[in-house]
Amino acid sequence: MTTSSSAGHSRRDFLFVATGAVAAVGAAAVAWPLVAQLNPDASTVAAGAPIEVDLSPIADGQDIKVFWRGKPIYIMHRTAKQIKEAQSVNVSSLPDPQPDSARVKEGHDQWLVVIGICTHLGCIPIAHEGSYDGFFCPCHGSQYDSSGRIRQGPAPLNLAIPPYAFVSDSKIKIG
Amino acid sequence: MSGPSTFQPQNPVLKWIERRLPIFGLVHSSFVAYPTPRNLNYWWTFGGILSFMLGVQIITGIILAMHYTPHADLAFNSVEAIVRDVDYGWLLRYLHSNGASMFFIAVYIHMLRGLYYGSYKEPREVLWILGVIIYLLMMATGFMGYVLPWGQMSFWGATVITNLFSAIPYFGESIVTLLWGGYSVGNPTLNRFFSLHYLLPFVIAGVVVLHVWALHVAGQNNPAGVEPKTAKDTVPFTPYATIKDAFGLSCFILFYCWFIFYIPNYLGDPDNYIPANPGVTPAHIVPEWYYLPFYAILRSIPNKLAGVAAMFSAILVLAFLPWLDSAKTRSLRYRPLAKQFFWIFVGVCLGLGYLGAKPPEGVYVVAGRILTGCYFAYFLIVLPILSRIEKPRPVPNSIADDVLGKKGVVASLAAVFAVAGLLAWDSGSRAQAADHAPTPPSLNWSFAGPLGKFDQGQLQRGYKVYKEVCSACHSMNLVHYRNLADPGGPGFTVAQATALAAEIQVKDGPNDAGEMFERPGRIADKFPSPFPNENAARAANGGAAPPDLSLMAKARGYERGFPQFIFDAFTQFQEKGPNYIHAILTGFEDTPPHGFTLPEGSFYNKYFPGHAMKMPNPLSDDQITYEDGTPQKVDQYATDVAAFLMWAAEPKLEERKRIGLQVMIFMLIFAGLLYFTKRAVWADAH
Ligand code: FES
Repeated sequence: MTTSSSAGHSRRDFLFVATGAVAAVGAAAVAWPLVAQLNPDASTVAAGAPIEVDLSPIADGQDIKVFWRGKPIYIMHRTAKQIKEAQSVNVSSLPDPQPDSARVKEGHDQWLVVIGICTHLGCIPIAHEGSYDGFFCPCHGSQYDSSGRIRQGPAPLNLAIPPYAFVSDSKIKIG
Repeated sequence: MSGPSTFQPQNPVLKWIERRLPIFGLVHSSFVAYPTPRNLNYWWTFGGILSFMLGVQIITGIILAMHYTPHADLAFNSVEAIVRDVDYGWLLRYLHSNGASMFFIAVYIHMLRGLYYGSYKEPREVLWILGVIIYLLMMATGFMGYVLPWGQMSFWGATVITNLFSAIPYFGESIVTLLWGGYSVGNPTLNRFFSLHYLLPFVIAGVVVLHVWALHVAGQNNPAGVEPKTAKDTVPFTPYATIKDAFGLSCFILFYCWFIFYIPNYLGDPDNYIPANPGVTPAHIVPEWYYLPFYAILRSIPNKLAGVAAMFSAILVLAFLPWLDSAKTRSLRYRPLAKQFFWIFVGVCLGLGYLGAKPPEGVYVVAGRILTGCYFAYFLIVLPILSRIEKPRPVPNSIADDVLGKKGVVASLAAVFAVAGLLAWDSGSRAQAADHAPTPPSLNWSFAGPLGKFDQGQLQRGYKVYKEVCSACHSMNLVHYRNLADPGGPGFTVAQATALAAEIQVKDGPNDAGEMFERPGRIADKFPSPFPNENAARAANGGAAPPDLSLMAKARGYERGFPQFIFDAFTQFQEKGPNYIHAILTGFEDTPPHGFTLPEGSFYNKYFPGHAMKMPNPLSDDQITYEDGTPQKVDQYATDVAAFLMWAAEPKLEERKRIGLQVMIFMLIFAGLLYFTKRAVWADAH
C-alpha cells in the first residue's frame, strides 16, 4: 500500500465519521420536537393561572374541595380539637416528620390547605375519616391526621401543600 | 426475503437468537447483501423516499391524533389549537399536510419511472399490481385525511367524493348513506373517516411489505432493462444503494423543507381555513392537487355513471398495463417511438391536472374531453399497437456493458424538481373571484421572505385598529390576550396584555349558587365576540354575518395566473391574504362605475368578488389616533390591520422561518457530506 492511498483512506474515514456524526445530530434534533409536543400546551398552561378562594362560607369543622390545575385541593376549617391534636403529636415519631406549624400559615392555624392526592398512588383521600381525625384513603388504607400528615398505611409522605397565600383573612390565592 | 441466508453471526447471543428466529439473516440478505443492479439511476431512489414518507406520515399522524378532536363542532378549532398552542404543533401539522403532497409527488415519479423503464413487465407483474393497490390506498387515505380539519373544502370535498358512489345503479344511495352514517356529511362521517384515516396507513405499510417482498424475489429492474447475469452486474445493497438512497433522500428532504418552513400553505386551499358550513358551498370546489387529473376525467364526461366509471377505470387500467404493453424490450431507452409517446402521455397527465383545477366551462370542457381520450388511448391503443409494430434498438448485452458504454448516467436532480414542481403547479392558485375583480396590489410586507419578521409597532397599531373598528362587528375566536405577549407577536408585556384583558367583561359561571356572572377578563380569555351567536350577528348585519377574523389572512386569496404562481413557489410568495385585506379596506368607492347596479344595502368595492359588499367602508382618515406619529391615513390603517391579521392567522411565522433557516443550512451541509460519502463509496465499484 502506498502512502498516498493510506492518506486517501484516512480522508475517507474522516468523511464517513463526519457524515455519521451529522446524521446523529440530525436525528437528535428531530427527536426534540417529537418529545416536546407532549408538554402541556399553551392553553393548559394559561388555564393554570392562580385562583382565589373565598373562605368565609366554610364553617368550623367543614371542608371544601376546589380544583387548581386539575388537582383537588382540600381547604379544611379545623376545629380547636383538630388543631390541638395536630400540634401535640411527637413529631419525631412520624413517618414524615413535620411540625403542624410548617403545614399551615402563621396566624391562620384553623386553615389547612392540602393537595388531596394520596402520596401512595394518587387516589383521593376522604376528609374527616380514619382514626386520626384527618383523611383516610380508601384505595389502600393510608391514614392522614388533621394536619394532613401520613400516620399509617403504605403512603410514604404527608399530603402536599400547594403554593398559596392569604390575600385577606377570609380569602386565599392558590398558585 | 430471498431464500435461506448465508449470514453467520459470530456473537453467541445473536447466534442463539438466529437459530430460533433468523431475523438478522433476513435483514442481512434483504438490505445488506441483497444484489442491486449497478446501473440504477437516481429515479430509483424514490422507492426509499416513499418508505421514508410513509414513516413520516405515520409518526406525525400519530402525534397529531394525540391533540386532535374528531368532532364536527370541535375539529376545526382543535387543529388550530395544535398549530397555535402545542409545542412545535405548527411544525407537526405542516410536516403532515405537506407530507401528503410530497408522498404523492414521490409516488407519481416512482410510477412514471416504472412506466418508462418497463418495470411492470414479466416477471414483475405482481410487484406492479401491488403498487397500484398501494396507490389506491394512498388516495383513500389522503382523501379522508383532508376531511379531518373540517374546513369548507374538507366538508364539500367529502360531500362530492362520497356522492360519486351514488352513481352506482340500484345500490348507490344506500352505499352513500352507509358512508355518511346520516342523511348528509356530518359528525358520524367525520368520526368514521378519522378512524379509517388512522387505520389505512398501516394497511399501506402491510402492502408495502408485500411489494418489497415481491421486489426481492424478482429483483430490481434497471435503466437498461436487462437482467443481471454475472456478479459484475450487481453491487451489494449496503453500502452502495443505501448511501445513494440516503443522498437522494436528503435532497428530497431539502425540497420538502422548503414547503414546510417557507410556503406551508402553497399547496393548500384558502377555503379550508374557513370552518365547514353545510349551508354554503365554496364557489369553486377543487380536490387536492394529486387528484386533479382524475377529477378532470370525471368532469369531462357528461353522464354521471359514465363519468365515475371513467374516473375509476383511469386508475384501474394501470393494473392491466403488463398485458396491454407486451413488448419484450423493457426500457424505453431502446424504444424510440414509445419514448416519444411516453412524454406525450406525461404532458397529457399534466394537462388533465391543469384542467382539473379550472372551472368546467367553455374551452376547458373540450380540452378535458380530448385529453381524457388521449389518456385512455395511450393505454388501450398506443401501447398495444406499439408493442407489436415497433422495432426496438438493440439492448446492451449486460448491465456491466451498459455502465461502460455510458459514463455517469445521472438523472439530474434539477429534472426531479422540475417535474415535481410541474406536478404541483396548478394547486398554487385557485380562482376565488371568477368575475374578474382586479388583482390586489402586492405590498412590501416585513414578514415576507425567508428572513421575514413582524414589525412589532405595526402589529400594535393593527391591534388598535382591530379593537377600535373591526371588533365592533367581527370576532377573533382563536386569539387570546395571552397571545399578545407571545414571542414573535405584537410584543406587549404580560402586564400590558393583562391590563388589556381586564378591560373586558367575561361571562363565567355557574357559581355555587348556580348563577352565571360577569368578571373582568383574564389573560387566558379569548378576544370577546361582539355578538352572542351567529344568528344575532346575521340579524344585526342585514343578513350577512361578519366572518371571524382569526384566520382571515389565510382564508382569502386570488388568482395569480400562470406562470406567476410557479414563480411564487420559488420567491416564497405567501402574502395573498394580507394583500387582499388591504385591497378590500382601500377598495370602497362611493359611486359604482356606470352600468353597475348596486343591490339594496350593499356597498361597492373594487376588489370584492362581485363588487357588492354588505360591509360599509369601515375606515376614514384620522379615525384612530396613533401615538407613535405614524400617518393616520386609511391606507396606513389598512396596512397595519392586515399585518395584524396575518400575525393572528400565523402566530408562529417568525419561529417557523427562524427554525427553517437552521434546518435548511443543516440539510445543505448534510446533503453535501452524503454526496461526497457516496462518491467515496462508489469509487470502489468502478
Ligand atoms: S393510593 Fe392511597 S393508599 Fe394507595
